[in-house]
Amino acid sequence: MGLDLRIPIGLLLGIIGFLLVVFGLVSDPSLYQRSLGININLIWGSVLLLFGIVMVMLARRAAGSRS
Amino acid sequence: MPRIALAPIDYLILFIYLCFVVGIGFALKRHMKTSSDFFLSGRSIPSWITGLAFLSANLGAQEVMGMAASGAKYGIATSHFYWVGAIPAMVFVGVFMMPFYYGSRARSVPEYLKLRFDEKTRGFNAVTFAAMTVFSSGISLYAMGLLLETLLGWSFDASILLSAIIVLCYIFLGGLTSAIYNEVLQFFLIVSGFLPLVYLGLRDIGGWNQLVARLQTTATSQGYAAGAYTSSWRYFSDASLNPMGVDWFAMVAGLGFVLSFGYWCTDFLVVQRAMAAKSMAAARRTPLIAAIPKMMFPALVILPGMLAIAMTTTGGPLELPRKPDGSFNYDMTIPMMLGHYFPPGVLGLGLTALMASFMSGMAGNVTAFNTVWTYDIYQSYIRRDASDSHYLWMGRMATVFGIGASVAAAYLATRFNNIMDFLQLVFAFVNAPLFATFLLGMFWKRSTGHGAFSGLVAGTLAAALHHGMSLPKGAVAGIKGGWLGLAVTYPSEMAQNFWTAIWAFGVCFVLTVAVSLLTVPRVESELAGLVYSLTPAPKDENLPWWERPGPLGAVILLLVVILNILFW
Repeated sequence: MGLDLRIPIGLLLGIIGFLLVVFGLVSDPSLYQRSLGININLIWGSVLLLFGIVMVMLARRAAGSRS
Repeated sequence: MPRIALAPIDYLILFIYLCFVVGIGFALKRHMKTSSDFFLSGRSIPSWITGLAFLSANLGAQEVMGMAASGAKYGIATSHFYWVGAIPAMVFVGVFMMPFYYGSRARSVPEYLKLRFDEKTRGFNAVTFAAMTVFSSGISLYAMGLLLETLLGWSFDASILLSAIIVLCYIFLGGLTSAIYNEVLQFFLIVSGFLPLVYLGLRDIGGWNQLVARLQTTATSQGYAAGAYTSSWRYFSDASLNPMGVDWFAMVAGLGFVLSFGYWCTDFLVVQRAMAAKSMAAARRTPLIAAIPKMMFPALVILPGMLAIAMTTTGGPLELPRKPDGSFNYDMTIPMMLGHYFPPGVLGLGLTALMASFMSGMAGNVTAFNTVWTYDIYQSYIRRDASDSHYLWMGRMATVFGIGASVAAAYLATRFNNIMDFLQLVFAFVNAPLFATFLLGMFWKRSTGHGAFSGLVAGTLAAALHHGMSLPKGAVAGIKGGWLGLAVTYPSEMAQNFWTAIWAFGVCFVLTVAVSLLTVPRVESELAGLVYSLTPAPKDENLPWWERPGPLGAVILLLVVILNILFW
């Protein structure tokens, strides 16, 4: 249907991951008492950002091999 | 339960998600040129996408929140809804039934019934299914509005109208493809929103072994054997030994066979995703691909419930909220844990995942409704020979009507909750015998249209009759049953539901066979591609084993057996 779904998936998760990482870096550590002292924004945001980048790269590589 | 306060970053994450959802609709709009593009995605979608959409269409919030609630109520036995009540049926539809759905070129499940049986059987299925999807969508919308009002203090009206407009936007613009693409997006969002919750909950309680130890205390405090919450089969020799109040036969025959095969193999909402696949092989792989993450989902949606009840009954650190009558409000398990463990940031992600699950459930219902309305009702009974562009226009109008009717049903639920309970009960009666009709239609060439129709009607009546003459233990006659008198009392409502399904299936099967033997069957040449014995087996020898439905299905079933043994 002309739209490689890996691109919106990668972009959405990558953007959310990036926001979580930035927020995790600038937010007050006391915020993370709820999450057992773990900076869950920084950790999970990094995972999502990495996943998003991989998805977009896979889509671009597939587009390159098609053209 | 105290309200959850959202930070600006939480709203930003929700806003970004909603932009993506509508953006996908706009990106696909220019591809919607024919009714086939709109209703069937032009049969062009790869199997990894249709597979995840097949799973996601069933991943509404009632599933996510309901399974967590069941995890808290029943423990690990809730996994039966996956490992017994879903995976075997998903393998069966992929390996054995998809060749007929896809190969017959039927555009919907009711249309298959028309091709295989006759017009009256299709009409019965189409009308009941169309009504059911609208009400299901409305109930999903109502539940979401209620949750957001309770949890965040958002206006009920604004919540449901905003969600309805967004779902309307992306389906109106991009049809089934847009719904499927968004369902896959929602799948990734739901997984990424709930995985950290499971991790934090398990870490807080001290790991799996500590959870098991605490659940043993929970079980004994409620009068069960120590392992009742942590064993999936050991206490099913008798209904009184497990929190579900169901024995092994009702579990296997009622849930594992009649209800699960009736849903996964005949419900157009999920089958439509597979019918959008780009080839026969992709269509057959669709439910099998969906089965792989599906079998892992208990870890994502049931485990939070088990953690919540273990913590609640053994001294914290969190406690399930209670209803006004003092009983636990199990439905609030997921929202309560999100509020307890998630700081701003991932809290926005978790709540967005929850909203995504509501919207995917609603979109699945609306796309199934607009297809059945346009092809099986409008084109069949109202305007038969219009142009393709007219049916494309009608599909869009049906989408608007479906969303509008869903909103109306949501408001109906706020005023008359009992009416919605009653309607769901009626739809359960209609659905219960369906699998018998399809089983005989696909695998017995002698079955006839008169047999199928009379079997369906009799099966529906048998379900109503059984419900009217039975009651769960401790219930009062009325919506729970017993409205015709009391012939049998079941240990639980779940056991009553399973036996209602067993009776409906049995009556439908026997009557379909009997009437078919008394009526004239169709000539065999008309049944090619519709019946197993008259259809050449799809060729897939040139594919690697992991792309062939037979071997892939066998591996999936083996994994499910292993999971059942591991948590026996």
